[in-house]
Amino acid sequence: MFRSGRCRACVAAAIVALSVVIGLAAACSGDDDGITLVAYTTPREVYEELIPAFADGPAGEGVRVYQSYGPSGDQSRIVESGLDADVVALALEPDIMRLVDEGLVDADWAGGPTAGFVSNSVVVLAVRPGNPEGVRDWDDLLRDDIEVITPNPLTSGGAQWNVAAAYGAQLERGRTHEQALEYLAAMFANVDVQPKGSREALQIFRAGKGDVLIAYENEAITARQNGEEVDYVIPDETILIQNPIAVTSGSGNPAAAEAFVRHLLTPSSQGVFADKGYRPVLPSVLAEHAEAFPEPPGLFTIEDVGGWDDFRSDFFSSDGYMVDIFAGDAPGDRR
Amino acid sequence: MSTDVVTPRPPRRSGRLIAPVGIGVAVMYMSIIVLIPMAALMGGAFDEGWAGFWDAITSDQAIAAVLLTVKLSLVVMLINAVMGTIIAWVLVRDRFVGRGFVNSLIDLPFALPTIVAGLTLLALYGPDGPVGINVAFTEAGIVLALLLVTMPFVVRSVQPVLLELDRDMEQAAASLGAGPLTIFRRIIFPNLMPAIIGGSGLAFSRALGEFGSLVLISGNIPFQDQMASFYIYSLIESGDRTAAAAVSVLLLTLSLAALLLLSALERWTSRHAR
Repeated sequence: MFRSGRCRACVAAAIVALSVVIGLAAACSGDDDGITLVAYTTPREVYEELIPAFADGPAGEGVRVYQSYGPSGDQSRIVESGLDADVVALALEPDIMRLVDEGLVDADWAGGPTAGFVSNSVVVLAVRPGNPEGVRDWDDLLRDDIEVITPNPLTSGGAQWNVAAAYGAQLERGRTHEQALEYLAAMFANVDVQPKGSREALQIFRAGKGDVLIAYENEAITARQNGEEVDYVIPDETILIQNPIAVTSGSGNPAAAEAFVRHLLTPSSQGVFADKGYRPVLPSVLAEHAEAFPEPPGLFTIEDVGGWDDFRSDFFSSDGYMVDIFAGDAPGDRR
Repeated sequence: MSTDVVTPRPPRRSGRLIAPVGIGVAVMYMSIIVLIPMAALMGGAFDEGWAGFWDAITSDQAIAAVLLTVKLSLVVMLINAVMGTIIAWVLVRDRFVGRGFVNSLIDLPFALPTIVAGLTLLALYGPDGPVGINVAFTEAGIVLALLLVTMPFVVRSVQPVLLELDRDMEQAAASLGAGPLTIFRRIIFPNLMPAIIGGSGLAFSRALGEFGSLVLISGNIPFQDQMASFYIYSLIESGDRTAAAAVSVLLLTLSLAALLLLSALERWTSRHAR
């Protein structure tokens, strides 16, 4: 225990320190003309290129864009919990819908010309350089000699795209719902590691684990642009990943926020998305990059597997198919 | 810690005001930092009443994750108890070049961001590691990561006790004909026991809740090698905050129980040793 003389000094120091901290916190929360973009991590490089262009243009003059990046679900939850955001750009629609449900994003957020989406991608199979295992499509993932890596769809919202792709591809091939679930169970038996999120999955794949990484086309392209040795295969049947963006209803600077989103949807900005590996949402820009982004014959969307609401509750809830599969039970046992 | 009791001096006049202020500041600080958040967590865990709490902590996935976590944390605790004591012994009793340097390295795991710890372990002991040992995505890998982040606890609690240990006792024992093993077993070990137990308890508690260092080294497969903290994260991701809080409260309870049990053991051994 402290002796009383020193104790007095300690108390005084503690009180001074506490008031300094409180004072600093109060000073930092001042408002200005900026807007805050809260986004998931993957498109960071795109935004870092587009934001200076916005600030140089007429619409964005004098507008500072503050940026926060993190996993999509985490970003959505911190906005829900009260982080001041003007624009939210997330990996999947349910993360925006969480904010719509809380009244933080207008219900008509998807009313724009691109239905609320700022970029697209597809689910691909990333393989080792030169594709030594000769992976062509989803059926190869069931082979005994193939080890698959995919993030855990229960800890990563983004990984739910992968499950939707694998399941939907089976339906697209004319298989039944039950056969598609059997496929998922067999495929996940080949999954030795389910990292927390797609970033970690890529890191673990890079460290030499696994033969196939279920990934997004844009991530594979970014990895290649960064000089990493990775190839990828676009299966004939795969899902169109659609990344939503929205202006929040509580935005302190809605004009600037909307101008920013419009800026992201101009052909030149969409061209930057394309250069960084994302499929543009504007058909004209997509056509210009048709060579880089071939359209798979069996391309489908989340609506083809029931839409996000039903798909998520059927597959990822505590009594959903995925928990059954992980537990080694027949899918549907817990329903 | 209950071991460092200093006999209070009789209060002076000027000290009379300070004691209540000191207690007030300590309680206020603890409330803001620990007690109120914990109370909020408890409240969150019982949002859906006892039934909801019970369902959350008895789901198949929760049981599998918590059992694995407790099992591996116990392994980590035991290894720490032995190895931490040896390291403390070497640092205090042996003279070698670079001792001061090694001593300052002990706290490094606390300074290292845990995700970096995981990344480093993956690079070293992963599939393409230079040493040719691959423990990534196995229970051994998880234990390795937990050992790394919990290493300082036992070392740092045993070290000061060893420093203060009266060497006259050992010399007296030796002069009475006791061999080194007997001296260790009868003199040194009983004196170190409370510190070893205390440090191990902290290591166990820390291991129970560890997240960051496991992100890149654990397989995160439900029912197989998913740790409790990852299961909690998945509950948060799926929007089930009540269940997430419930499983967190279960972990906290286990950790508290372990600490209480160990401090009882600590008191018992220190009484028994004299």
